[in-house]
Amino acid sequence: MTAKPATGRAPLLAIYATLVFAFIYLPIVVLILYSFNRDGVGGFPPRHFTWNWYSQLFADSSIWDSVLSSLIVAAASVVLALTLGLLAALALDRATFPGKILFRRLVLLPLILPGIITGLSLLMFAVFAGVHLSLLTVFLGHGTALISVATTELFAGLQKMDRAQEEASLDLGATPWQTFWRVTLPNLQLSLIAAGLLIFTLSMDEIAVTFFLIGRDNTLPLEIWGRLRRGITPEINAVSTLIFAVSVGLIVIWYHLRARSLSGTSQEPLEQPGEFP
Amino acid sequence: MSASPTNPPEQSAAEVAALLEIRNAAKRFGAVDVLKSISLNIASGEFLTLLGESGSGKTTLLRLIAGFEPPTAGEIWMGGERLDALPPYKRRVNTVFQNYALFPHLSARDNVAYGLRVKNTPASEISGRVEEALRMVKMQDFATYRPSKLSGGQQQRVALARALVNRPQLLLLDEPLSALDANLRKQMQSELKSLQREIGITFLFVTHDQEEAMALSDRIALLRDGALEQVASPREIYAHPATAYTAQFIGQTNLLRGEIRGSMATCDALRWPLEGSDGPVTFSLRPEAIRLCADGKLETNEVKFRAAVRQQFYGGSSELLEVECGKGQVLRVRIPARGPLTGEHDFVFSMADAIRVRE
Amino acid sequence: MYSRAYKSLVAIPPLVWVGAFLLLPYALMFVHSLWAVRESAIVHRWNLDNYKTLFTNPLYAEVLFRTMRIAASVTICSILLGYPLAYYLAFHAGRRKELLYQLVIVPLWVSYLVRGYAWKTILGSDGVLNGFLQYLHLTREPVGFFLYSPFAVVLMLTHIYTPFVFLPIYAALEHIPRPLIEASQDLGAGSLQTFWRVIFPLSMPGLLAGVTFAFVLSLGDFLAPLLVGGPSGTMIANVVQSLFGAAFDWPLGAAISVGILVITISLLFLSEFLEKRWVFK
Repeated sequence: MTAKPATGRAPLLAIYATLVFAFIYLPIVVLILYSFNRDGVGGFPPRHFTWNWYSQLFADSSIWDSVLSSLIVAAASVVLALTLGLLAALALDRATFPGKILFRRLVLLPLILPGIITGLSLLMFAVFAGVHLSLLTVFLGHGTALISVATTELFAGLQKMDRAQEEASLDLGATPWQTFWRVTLPNLQLSLIAAGLLIFTLSMDEIAVTFFLIGRDNTLPLEIWGRLRRGITPEINAVSTLIFAVSVGLIVIWYHLRARSLSGTSQEPLEQPGEFP
Repeated sequence: MSASPTNPPEQSAAEVAALLEIRNAAKRFGAVDVLKSISLNIASGEFLTLLGESGSGKTTLLRLIAGFEPPTAGEIWMGGERLDALPPYKRRVNTVFQNYALFPHLSARDNVAYGLRVKNTPASEISGRVEEALRMVKMQDFATYRPSKLSGGQQQRVALARALVNRPQLLLLDEPLSALDANLRKQMQSELKSLQREIGITFLFVTHDQEEAMALSDRIALLRDGALEQVASPREIYAHPATAYTAQFIGQTNLLRGEIRGSMATCDALRWPLEGSDGPVTFSLRPEAIRLCADGKLETNEVKFRAAVRQQFYGGSSELLEVECGKGQVLRVRIPARGPLTGEHDFVFSMADAIRVRE
Repeated sequence: MYSRAYKSLVAIPPLVWVGAFLLLPYALMFVHSLWAVRESAIVHRWNLDNYKTLFTNPLYAEVLFRTMRIAASVTICSILLGYPLAYYLAFHAGRRKELLYQLVIVPLWVSYLVRGYAWKTILGSDGVLNGFLQYLHLTREPVGFFLYSPFAVVLMLTHIYTPFVFLPIYAALEHIPRPLIEASQDLGAGSLQTFWRVIFPLSMPGLLAGVTFAFVLSLGDFLAPLLVGGPSGTMIANVVQSLFGAAFDWPLGAAISVGILVITISLLFLSEFLEKRWVFK
């Protein structure tokens, strides 16, 4: 019994961890299971297999309209949040200006602040400015709130980057502008893609801020939300299962990227864009 | 392959009052034999150093003794008790870790008190022993400091006090000085040595620095690829290295590879009479065993050769020469400092100083 | 090494944007809270009546108190689930560590709404849990109190925030240098003592971050009560939402929002302050 108490086997703890995993995954499993249940949601056990809810879903044009809206909003939010997040991260990393600490806190606030506060503030702002609620206001809300995510990720990327690379570039005669495009950005490539993926997912999923900024066109979560108010149908299980599948797909991509960025040394940050899985 | 260490006289003395007995201890990680059947005794009150390159298994051996790793085979005994069956917290062995492993959330005093507290020592006794331990390492003025506020040397002292306050029978030190800069290192070596003399606790010291090992130890156990190469006192191991590896690892040497034929040893340009069976042979000849022979006179049993000085490294009181004597054979020679030297000269060494070593 | 122009170029756009689309809206929220409503229209008459209402009408205190209780329950439950899980992964999972870690992360990426909806289908009176219980003949009638109760809100939010709480704790545990644990054993401490004297204090920053996250996010949640909470599970953010909706009293709603904002920011500062005490680098 040569003991390694802190790192050996711990059967009780293992059982507990298994139960926690069960708790985390049980709802998701139930959800997926009942999306194939002919008799609808509820009841036990699920008895008759059917694709019916999926075919209903694929014929449901308002769902697909909302998916399209969500995709547009998410893509636009990625562009906006990444651009401003990159500038903010550069500013926080390199510039000194009055109110920098306040600025940092303000940018990161939506990360931790309840969505309802950000959503309502922006609603009042839109009303104040006389702007009609539409996907544009949703996009402004998502894009602005998610600058926080982009800034965090990219700032971390900048901190890891070797400043001497930029100095070498300037030393070799590149202008600051050239250095930015040829050295700084390629160094941040993985952080940018990872942040982009994260922002995309969060925007696709966003509901608290969207709730107050939505106009006539629903995003996917708002469309689902509206249907939930009318009662639950296995069609929602089906669309949820699809959302889950897409999320898992994105995670797999994210992990590949992360693994690369962790294994990649600072000498070879220039991954070929075509190589991504 | 279990290397049988040579048994100089000290070894038998150690067996008499052995505090720690390592019997055929082996450790395998996956497919790698990190330790291959080590047997070693440590005498009570001894300062023994495990010396070896990184990857030689010295730290693993230390971890077996401390109890952080179970041996794959073999036994470890301490004072008549089987040690390897006990978890680390039940062994009367304490460790000074390589990067000190001081608890960052505790002050120096609380770090030192840790071992006493977890054993429910009465509070009145704790404070006294902690103060005493801190005084012993001259850290009483820093008792309230957190480790992050202490310098490397100070952290080192606290780590030492934290281990010693438990009055272990055996103190394990895992490269404790490797993180310090050169000057501080020398100073700590000296303090460590006098501390050990003073308190009389057995020290098992791990290092890759042969100079440090020579300066501190009563005995050195040289490890190579998980096996003991040689166990002996510093003087013995320097003067009579058993193997070519030992000779090269400890101090500088010239390895002369040649053969014995008809009672003559021949190593390239060097020849001298030597009794022995015919066959290949290796000698270790320390640079300081060779001297410049200005007048050309030879003592008995000396070998003379002529060589050209190729390089000269000035070293204050002495200088090191690289000389070439026929057929491209290069030897290193250490002579008292005497000013620039060029051209060909006569050198001599005593046959007795050419130590026959195993490959 | 960066010129003035470079610094201005990177600093000004985000400053302007964040000023316009974050600072200004938050400020507008505050301004609204000082206005009033007369005959279904907002009048720009400066007053503190909304705040007075908040402090004098016991209804708001009651809802806030319930909200805090729910948020605290969620936090405690998430830690009870998340901490042992993080501990297990950090110290006992061996080679499966990386795989298990990713398994905890996956739900983080899965839509909040999807997870909330899943609980709704499980807990409903004709839901999966009731079906299961009747299938086993443990109950004959559907049990109604699973759904639309504070319990359901706590359950759903715990489910959502456990991975959030797990993450910083796991990171903190992983950051504890292993020699510290060996040193503790070496000095005579068993596993339990090592945990309480070394591991737990050193995991405090992660634990604090997790606590803050779970508490603050639960505090401002209004979707879980709408989905699974029912009237008895109403939280403070639902009050805000209804004041901005059907009840049409934006100024009062804004005043409560400012209250939530103040509580949130105070908690963030408190946790930052505490964290500094527990970080020893």
